[in-house]
Amino acid sequence: MSSIPKELKYASTHEWVRNDGDGIYTVGISEHAQGLLGDMVFVELPEVGDVVAAGDDVAVAESVKAASDIYAPIAGEITAINEELEDSPETVNSDAFGDGWLFKIKAEDPSELESLLDAEGYQAVIDED
Amino acid sequence: MANRTPLYDAHVAAGAKLVDFHGWDLPLNYGSQIEEHNAVRQDSGVFDVSHMTIVDVSGADAKSFLRYLLANDIAKVTVPGKAQYTSMLNENGGVIDDLIVYYFSDESYRLVVNSATRERDLGWIEKNASQFDVTINERPEFAMVALQGPKAAEKIKLVLGEEAFAAIDGMKPFMSAQVGELFIATTGYTGEAGYEIVMPGEAASKFWDQLLNVGVQPCGLGARDTLRLEAGMNLYGQDMDEEVTPLESNMGWSVAFEPSERNFIGRNALEKQKAEGHNKIVGLVMRDKGVLRHGQKVVVDGGEGMITSGTFSPTLGFSIAMARVPATVGETAEVEMRKKFVTVSVVKPSFVRNGKSLV
Repeated sequence: MSSIPKELKYASTHEWVRNDGDGIYTVGISEHAQGLLGDMVFVELPEVGDVVAAGDDVAVAESVKAASDIYAPIAGEITAINEELEDSPETVNSDAFGDGWLFKIKAEDPSELESLLDAEGYQAVIDED
Repeated sequence: MANRTPLYDAHVAAGAKLVDFHGWDLPLNYGSQIEEHNAVRQDSGVFDVSHMTIVDVSGADAKSFLRYLLANDIAKVTVPGKAQYTSMLNENGGVIDDLIVYYFSDESYRLVVNSATRERDLGWIEKNASQFDVTINERPEFAMVALQGPKAAEKIKLVLGEEAFAAIDGMKPFMSAQVGELFIATTGYTGEAGYEIVMPGEAASKFWDQLLNVGVQPCGLGARDTLRLEAGMNLYGQDMDEEVTPLESNMGWSVAFEPSERNFIGRNALEKQKAEGHNKIVGLVMRDKGVLRHGQKVVVDGGEGMITSGTFSPTLGFSIAMARVPATVGETAEVEMRKKFVTVSVVKPSFVRNGKSLV
């Protein structure tokens, strides 16, 4: 069973969101998602400064097996991207909830977070698959 | 419930991620398919291929039957134990399956065919065998593993011991020998040296554990696919099927048109196609970011084709593919990827052999 940290929020499309304070949120993909995709070979990230809407496809995680779109879980402006992934995409596999983060976003409306899933809700999504 | 090989419990114990592969529960990987891939290129890895179908053909007409059934000419093989890559075609020249035949004597052969096509294959073999004095004997009691990699010989020697290893020491590629209860062949699906080993099902888990104990990496279907694609080897159902001929599938070398008096199933269709011209399989190499995938459209000089197999190549660090395209293809091709066209190089469909890049 893959672990699902309680302190994070989740989208049903397998992204996680961490509140960094000051309206900034870090986004990555879950342990479960990296397991489904398998060995990551390329991660295509958005540009810093991009303004995105919730549900936009903003990044691509490409594994040996498949390419998978990653969606912005909330609306806002991209303030940082994880440039380490350019050379070490496998970090998404080895540390999905930590060093394998993808980008940071400045929320346009932090109340959007409330529509995301908590750990329990996300577990239910995985169980349905 | 899916079929399980005699090694099912060993896979679970090794932490395998199991998937349903044409009705068989088989390991996709044991953690990282790239690590498994690299182990085979640099050291050694072992695959459970017990799902493959083994069929023994014997009888007074065995030779003439196989010369009729198969596109390659088994009569070219005269050394007992020698193996031959071949295919079984329908009347239109379409590939029912690709397979390896082992020659024991003019009255005794072993075929190893794909499990995904098992029922179709057995039906076709039985149907065509009715006019010949042959016995067709499937061997489901056997398990089979593939030990592959530059250190495969060193590792199998540790398991077999000096005396038994002497029977296969220095054996050339595409040979086989019966060593006690093990049928050991120098064949494989990775582009590395190694062995495919057939044994009674009940002997499999002990043999498997012995290999793991001498440091052989267990490998799953994921690594098997990237390894075979780097080696430029076809996957049935993806790179060829009944809708295409061996000539269109980079298997023309395994069709024996000589001697011209040998009649084999599909021969007339192939001769006609050979005279008229046909598509061919080429290799594609993309050094830019991204991964070529099965089904993507390919535009080349003189027409359009399709990627039959594509992947990221762990050995090369970029993407490679096989594509079926018009024979007019030039040195580059345009691949439609995620709504845009990307220019890629066209090469021979073989990318890595014995750990070395060919592109």
